[in-house]
Amino acid sequence: MNHDHDHDHHDHDDATAMSETGLRVKALESLLVEKGYVDPQALDRLIETYEHKVGPRNGARVVARAWADPDYKRWLLADATAAIASFGYAGRQSEHMVALENTPELHNMVVCTLCSCYPWGVLGLPPVWYKSAPYRSRAVLEPRRVLAEFGVVLAEDTQVRVWDSTAELRYLVLPMRPRGTEDWTQERLARLVTRDAMIGTGLPLDPGMVAP
Amino acid sequence: MNGGQDLGGMMGFGPIDPEPDEPVFHARWEQRVFAATLAMGSTGMWNIDMARHARESLHPAHYLTSSYYQIWLAGLTRLLGEMNLVTPEELASGRQIEQPLPVPRVLAAADVDRLMSKGARTSRESRAPARFRQGDRVRGRNMHPPGHTRLPRYLRGRQGEIVALHGAHVFPDSNAHGGGEDPQWLYTVRFTARELWGEDRNASDSVHADLWEPYLEPA
Repeated sequence: MNHDHDHDHHDHDDATAMSETGLRVKALESLLVEKGYVDPQALDRLIETYEHKVGPRNGARVVARAWADPDYKRWLLADATAAIASFGYAGRQSEHMVALENTPELHNMVVCTLCSCYPWGVLGLPPVWYKSAPYRSRAVLEPRRVLAEFGVVLAEDTQVRVWDSTAELRYLVLPMRPRGTEDWTQERLARLVTRDAMIGTGLPLDPGMVAP
Repeated sequence: MNGGQDLGGMMGFGPIDPEPDEPVFHARWEQRVFAATLAMGSTGMWNIDMARHARESLHPAHYLTSSYYQIWLAGLTRLLGEMNLVTPEELASGRQIEQPLPVPRVLAAADVDRLMSKGARTSRESRAPARFRQGDRVRGRNMHPPGHTRLPRYLRGRQGEIVALHGAHVFPDSNAHGGGEDPQWLYTVRFTARELWGEDRNASDSVHADLWEPYLEPA
């Protein structure tokens, strides 16, 4: 993989290369622990949860079911919070969910121009680009150019709807089901569903790229 | 506030540049800042609107040149100071000098799963009927509060249409500043791309934003 920029922070395990920020954070955490405000094991547990347990595979299962099960899809579009909670995906930063259906005429994409609002329960924590100035500034201003940077080029007559997550509603894009997947199981369908497809900056994978 | 966080429509930041196969965290300190922010948030010493306001209160030059977890670190440090939970001397030395203040709750490892899966809903009983209905034409108010608000600058003074009502939700402008939850009706409002950015935009494109009633006036 080609990393054309410098990720020197990958050296974080090497104490001698520890950044100034790393040292500050270490000092801050020791202080908070010494004063009894935080339990370091609770921090470990939070990190474990969001690094390994909650992520975009959750959302992919929701999308795959909506593709395969018309009743579930109706429920998801009518009451996404309940339909998603039926998988056990609920809680922090997913308290009020809305599902947005992409169609041949309409493409939805999600941003938070003011901070980093993102549906943690179905997508996990947001990638750096989602929280960064280029995406937050441009998604509302020039969504088609942003989409083109992600390799998504839409017809001029396809509506683009950008959803700026300014309140506590959290949005999940329901992408279009690829053709040629009619007899696929939900498990296999879920492998087509990328994180970016559920943000609206990508499309599902080509079915030819997914093993049976 | 018109701070460094209000980015919609700004120019000059360059390409999006997604990182292929990006890890959830890029360094151990990011993990610890993320978790410490959540754990301190659950003490009950502040709410999410206060936390957002602490981050957006950074000097815009600092905000715009910091990574997201650096912004979280700065916001957390600021709140800890404002609440007198830590002193500048303690921050500098990393050691306790003053006695701790009592906090309502300390998050235990055993409570993490329950707390995270419970979340914190912001919907509340509405105390008054909604002022607007679906289909109503509205305008984002021309307002520039020095405190926290969730009405981005690019929507102020712009006309849109109410497309959904969501009941009353905790009002951030009040909740961030000790004014209580003051629940207000929340609406999804559609603004055409042409209304926001000019006539050269695609006629069918739009931006939808979730806006509280005090942000809106009839158009």
